[in-house]
Amino acid sequence: MPDQITLRVARYRPEQEEAPTFDEYDVPLREDWVVLDGLNYIKDELDGTLSYRWSCRMGICGSCGAMVNGEPKLMCATFLTAYAPGPIRIDPLANFPVIRDLVVELTDFMTKLGMVKPWLIRDEEQPVEDGEYLQTPAQLDEYKQFSMCINCMLCYSACPVYGLDTKFLGPAAIALAQRYNLDSRDDGGHERLTVLSQPEGVWGCTYVGECSRACPKGVDPAGAIQRYKLTAATAAVKSLLMPWGQR
Amino acid sequence: MSSQLSSARLYKPKVPLLWWLSRRSYTMFVLRELSSVFVAWTVVYLLLLIRAVSRGPAEYQRFLHWAASPWLIVLNAVALAFVLLHAITFVNLTPQAMAVRVRGRRVPGRLLAGSLYLTLLLVSAFLAWLVVG
Amino acid sequence: MSASHDVVIVGGGGAGLRAAIAVAEADPRLSIAVVSKVYPMRSHTVSAEGGAAGAIRPDDSLDEHAYDTISGGDWLCDQDAVEAFVAEAPRELIQLEHWGCPWSREADGHIAVRPFGGMKKMRTWFAADKTGFHLLHTLFQTSLKYPSVTRYDEWHVTRLLVDEGRVCGVVALELMSGRIEAITGKAVILATGGCGRIFPFTTNAAIKTGDGMALAYQAGAPLKDMEFVQYHPTGLPFTGILITEAARAEGGWLLNKDGYRYLQDYNLGKPEPGPVLRSMELGPRDRLSQAFVHEVEKGRAIESPYGPIVHLDLRHLGAKVIDGKLPFVRELCHKYENIDPVHELVPVRPVVHYMMGGVHTDINGATGLSGLYAAGEVACVSINGANRLGSNSLPELLVFGARAGQAAARYAAAAAPLGPAVHAQAADEQRRLEHDLLGRGEGAERISTIRTQMQKIMEDAAGIYRDGDTLTKAADKLRGLRERAATATIDDSSRTFNTELTAALELTGMIDLAESMVHSALHREESRGAHQRTDFPARDDERFLAHSMVYRDAGGSPRVTHLPVTITRWPPGERVYGR
Repeated sequence: MPDQITLRVARYRPEQEEAPTFDEYDVPLREDWVVLDGLNYIKDELDGTLSYRWSCRMGICGSCGAMVNGEPKLMCATFLTAYAPGPIRIDPLANFPVIRDLVVELTDFMTKLGMVKPWLIRDEEQPVEDGEYLQTPAQLDEYKQFSMCINCMLCYSACPVYGLDTKFLGPAAIALAQRYNLDSRDDGGHERLTVLSQPEGVWGCTYVGECSRACPKGVDPAGAIQRYKLTAATAAVKSLLMPWGQR
Repeated sequence: MSSQLSSARLYKPKVPLLWWLSRRSYTMFVLRELSSVFVAWTVVYLLLLIRAVSRGPAEYQRFLHWAASPWLIVLNAVALAFVLLHAITFVNLTPQAMAVRVRGRRVPGRLLAGSLYLTLLLVSAFLAWLVVG
Repeated sequence: MSASHDVVIVGGGGAGLRAAIAVAEADPRLSIAVVSKVYPMRSHTVSAEGGAAGAIRPDDSLDEHAYDTISGGDWLCDQDAVEAFVAEAPRELIQLEHWGCPWSREADGHIAVRPFGGMKKMRTWFAADKTGFHLLHTLFQTSLKYPSVTRYDEWHVTRLLVDEGRVCGVVALELMSGRIEAITGKAVILATGGCGRIFPFTTNAAIKTGDGMALAYQAGAPLKDMEFVQYHPTGLPFTGILITEAARAEGGWLLNKDGYRYLQDYNLGKPEPGPVLRSMELGPRDRLSQAFVHEVEKGRAIESPYGPIVHLDLRHLGAKVIDGKLPFVRELCHKYENIDPVHELVPVRPVVHYMMGGVHTDINGATGLSGLYAAGEVACVSINGANRLGSNSLPELLVFGARAGQAAARYAAAAAPLGPAVHAQAADEQRRLEHDLLGRGEGAERISTIRTQMQKIMEDAAGIYRDGDTLTKAADKLRGLRERAATATIDDSSRTFNTELTAALELTGMIDLAESMVHSALHREESRGAHQRTDFPARDDERFLAHSMVYRDAGGSPRVTHLPVTITRWPPGERVYGR
């Protein structure tokens, strides 16, 4: 195994350039090094001006998403040796505006997160003194998968619909809405219906399925979205046939 | 004294026109979507067949003659391929899109897809027997 | 340029978000700012795995939880604070459940609890082995409900604004644009976490650089018990990634190179096939980490490319238990060590994990400076004393986050308006950042060089075992590093997302904290909990049943005094495990 590998990293310095360029760096090729270790080596030893986000380096905080050879990946979970002999191309996450180097702008996602009302909505709140709301392990399993999202946004980068139209609510936001819709303690389904069943909601999705492929946590947002299409369609039919049932 | 603020000029990348060629899974997706056109053609063709049959043997023979023209054979062959693609992708995606529960436990994906394939095969066999037998 | 709020919270993790919700609920008229250098869901709370302790079983009691905590802390805990903590923990955890936290359940739908290190009864609530992740996301998503909370995401606080002994806000740098603003508030709550990154091997994320502790220290607030650094017994070698204590709670064993469960040699009980509370692998973290050091000295540890390790054996638990209770552990071992814990031994070693010490606060989160509060790992109340028990820190975030929020809300509602002096201070800070840092360019050496040297000094001097000689030398070296850090190279002069600038700011804070730790360790001439002196191997309650208080003097050096521990109902006794 050679002892070095080349990283071609996208750079963008808004004060200096109009569009991204590329810088090449040679970093040590070690068996336990992930792409993030390579970037840290660059910043510590070669070029302190490289900017990127990272934190936990164990795939749970969701900070370090980037395009590695054109695929959206967590840089802390992607080993250099998987790409040997290289070079490895590293771009910022696709479908987001670029602030600087590998750092993208996330305010669109943060707004969408709030739009789906991602909190427990109850018809009747019980006081804390009365103890926990009961929930069996089977009921927990209903939504557990959708609660695993680390907000890394690899799914938004993989989604061609979002790439073509950023008004689309997007996989992670809809999966999060489902996490609450399917939680046995939640009564807020009808409150989330409006935002989810608008054209830019679930109906914007054409079931490409790339989001679930890109997801590093097995959340399966594509499944969440298609299941909600059934829910939304059923709700629409019901309200047509039985309008008096409306809340 | 006043600071030089950065222009914080965001770079907004554009999606290329041929974005769907950049990755195999995207290309397959577009072909899958295109297959609906051929499904629609198959329905139209079937309706034309039914109309021909309902108008008597002479009309039916004219229809068969038309159906044997080379370009129509090519079209129908391509349509068959796309309809098969449509059916296979539809069946394979169903388990992900639907959570089916039997007696409280979730039916595994392969079982669901398998039963759909079986149904397809049985119905197709029955129809083939009707037409050919 | 400034924004003004009533309460400014620095840090958007578990404690910060809980405090924000507490202020919003206590007084909806108050305007709240949550200022975090990362998006809140990136906060290090997200990495916590094992669980959160709250006494709810009928065979358990608050007093027992208190006793376990106090004895676990080697009697350095303030017992009035511990009593309040154990009483409020169950309530906070149920409140989290009401907000949607997906706690793991018994078959009948009630909350499930599991055993944990140092606890005599089962009282650790858990959400699979991603408790911190679920806790943080629940708090963050719930916080979105409150319109009075304004978030400043990716704003790096560089300084506290202090006017005549009263804290009245912060100066912060917006990473995206580079603009520097004062964010004023009648009360400020620090919730910035600990500082594991002062050490070379740590479970801590990159962001754990002790910013809040350094801010308070530099503004004149005392830090407390800084010498008490927790080494978690089971981190993966090289990365330092945490393998949760829950693995041992479910029955995992620690084996040396002979396949021997070596903890039985260290007064921690006799090995049983299943987990026994407060015994062997479920002993307290400081004793387990110390046992590792002894095994290394005896030559019974396993040599690895990353130094000595021992083995964590989970094979006898079986795939069903591991996939059900420890799925994340299996995933991490597979990904980062290429090992399947169902069939293979997991290499582990002690790594720095938690700071028992921090900004000195009272039982309501109030610090030594008027208007300044602190909660979570950044603070030292103290409920953890000389050694924290696993699964006490997540409820700590909630209990003291809520208390600090409520106290800050009361203070802010009654406080006088702010004077004009803050604006001059903010302008000063802006000048300093633009001129001294952004304008620096080529310096004497790289930031990473100084940082690596600091980490090496700390590993040698402030490790699991310490001695006066090494500590004295370390204090000198760190003072030298402090001067060198002021002239380190800053290549990046951009205003847009300049992470080299923030690295330089973090480094100066870390060196200050490292100095405070070393000086506190030097002044504590005894061994207690996680602070073990080879030259003073016994616990000395006569002289040192007291907290170390460290202040920063005018020249920037630490000055250590002592503050007696509050004892209520549990007079100091012997720590007994395994019997």
